Amino acid sequence: MTTPATDPAAHAGPSAANPIYLARKRTDAILRALSVAAAALGLVWLALILFSLIWNGLPGLSPSLFTRMTPPPGQNEGGLANAIAGSVMLTVIGVGIGAPVGMLAGTWLAEYGRHDRLATVIRFINDILLSAPSIIIGLFVYGFVVVPMGGFSGLAGALALAVIVIPVVVRTTENMLLLVPNTLREAAAALGMPRSLVIRRVAFKAAQVGIVTGVLLATARVMGETAPLLFTVLSNQFWSLDVTQTMANLPVTINNFVQSPYAFWKQLAWSGALLITFAVLSLNIAARLIGGERKPK
Amino acid sequence: MTMSVDARAPAPATLIPGATPLAEGAPNPKIAVRDLDFYYGQSKALKGISLDLAERHVTAFIGPSGCGKSTLLRVLNRMYDLYPGQRAEGEVLLDGKNILDADIDRNLLRARVGMVFQKPTPFPMSIYDNIAFGIRLYEKLPKSEMDGRVEAALKGAALWTEVKDKLDASGLSLSGGQQQRLCIARTVAIKPEVILFDEPASALDPISTAKIEELIDELKERYTIAIVTHNMQQAGRVSDYTAFMYLGELIEFGDTTKLFTAPQQQRTQDYITGRFG
Repeated sequence: MTTPATDPAAHAGPSAANPIYLARKRTDAILRALSVAAAALGLVWLALILFSLIWNGLPGLSPSLFTRMTPPPGQNEGGLANAIAGSVMLTVIGVGIGAPVGMLAGTWLAEYGRHDRLATVIRFINDILLSAPSIIIGLFVYGFVVVPMGGFSGLAGALALAVIVIPVVVRTTENMLLLVPNTLREAAAALGMPRSLVIRRVAFKAAQVGIVTGVLLATARVMGETAPLLFTVLSNQFWSLDVTQTMANLPVTINNFVQSPYAFWKQLAWSGALLITFAVLSLNIAARLIGGERKPK
Repeated sequence: MTMSVDARAPAPATLIPGATPLAEGAPNPKIAVRDLDFYYGQSKALKGISLDLAERHVTAFIGPSGCGKSTLLRVLNRMYDLYPGQRAEGEVLLDGKNILDADIDRNLLRARVGMVFQKPTPFPMSIYDNIAFGIRLYEKLPKSEMDGRVEAALKGAALWTEVKDKLDASGLSLSGGQQQRLCIARTVAIKPEVILFDEPASALDPISTAKIEELIDELKERYTIAIVTHNMQQAGRVSDYTAFMYLGELIEFGDTTKLFTAPQQQRTQDYITGRFG
């Protein structure tokens, strides 16, 4: 009946000349530019960190880094073998203790404690633990393990790392289990499956990728932790895998060597930092790859 | 408001040589699909589709699961563009203009070609705001006028009498059928020209389904409608033209009554009599 030109709705309706739409597009362009800039700003620091690590750490990378012990003062040869072995051991024990505890606790929170008052309290405390400064955790383990045991030990360090791992794993386990739809639990229960089997065989199966990712991320997190180890394992100049004794480890070694006056120690610290960074990076990438197997929502 | 019959519309598609047989005697095509291929990554989901959507009529897409009917629907407003790796080749002419062109503004396109999905998708806001939200994207109206538009949209979706006393309630508080009509109201509120329905009633009970079907029948007075449905009776009830698709190809397209009573293709016959699919 009316031609578009005389139809008043034509001016107000969706068209490229609509002033509201134009304003919206302008806002969109500005915000998009700002978020790209913000993302770039964040990435610049990461790139700079990686660059300086590679620049300073790469010259020190050699086979002897993995075969020689940390050097005594003044000696210009040596490696990080004992520190690397100690770090691996502390991380493995720490995650080995923390991950199962965290997974069990997370499972209880998600599966049994959903309508439980106690669960709310535990969840709250867990969140506090999650954001507790790691040096506090180091002090706690110092007071509760190191002092009664009468000395620094690898075990105390591993326990401190476990205390850091637990809340992370509790969180991810609970969240991943909560993502499993209840219809799946009902379907399993409808086969006559007892509750514990439903959880172990169906809910875990559906959530396992997320839980494994969470454990890997927690591992990456504790691998570089320094503060909780300062008060617990200290360090050791020699090769020792005895968990009741002090143990060499990368973070504390880096911490000590970087403050030293010796150029060779500083070089070792850089190379150690490079090693840790790449270990953390590859764990994160592994977590990504495993997590990426799930289709995006 | 009636829309003018667009004189710029392209000649009836039946004149295009080599195209799949199109509905005979159909009025002006609002949308003309020509030699459309569609890819999900490497796999080809639509193969050389050509058909017309007659202006202010209902066209139904039927076929077994995975035949490409929903894919075809999602090309018509470039909804597939939201996902990388999906691409369409060929032509989809909306009033003669190819919407697959790179320079098409997808927001403006989708404001003209609305969509209602299988599951009701009310936004997490009040019933009133669910409607007003879309209107505000392109129009700044005084409160009284906005109230009128919301009311008109809800009336247009046969929902007004049920919600007029609780416009501040959350859209999520409505029943499934009401939610779906709210989504239809939201779509018509911005005055689109075409409405795409992707199995709009498959998650609803029979009474709600009947209401949606009645609504579609009313809506075609003003809008060009395409509907994907698994339900052949529904296609028979609501549509004027029906396209039967199979494995990404358009097998048969024509007048709904003819297609259901005297199908030209054996595969159509097999499908509508329930031999497969």
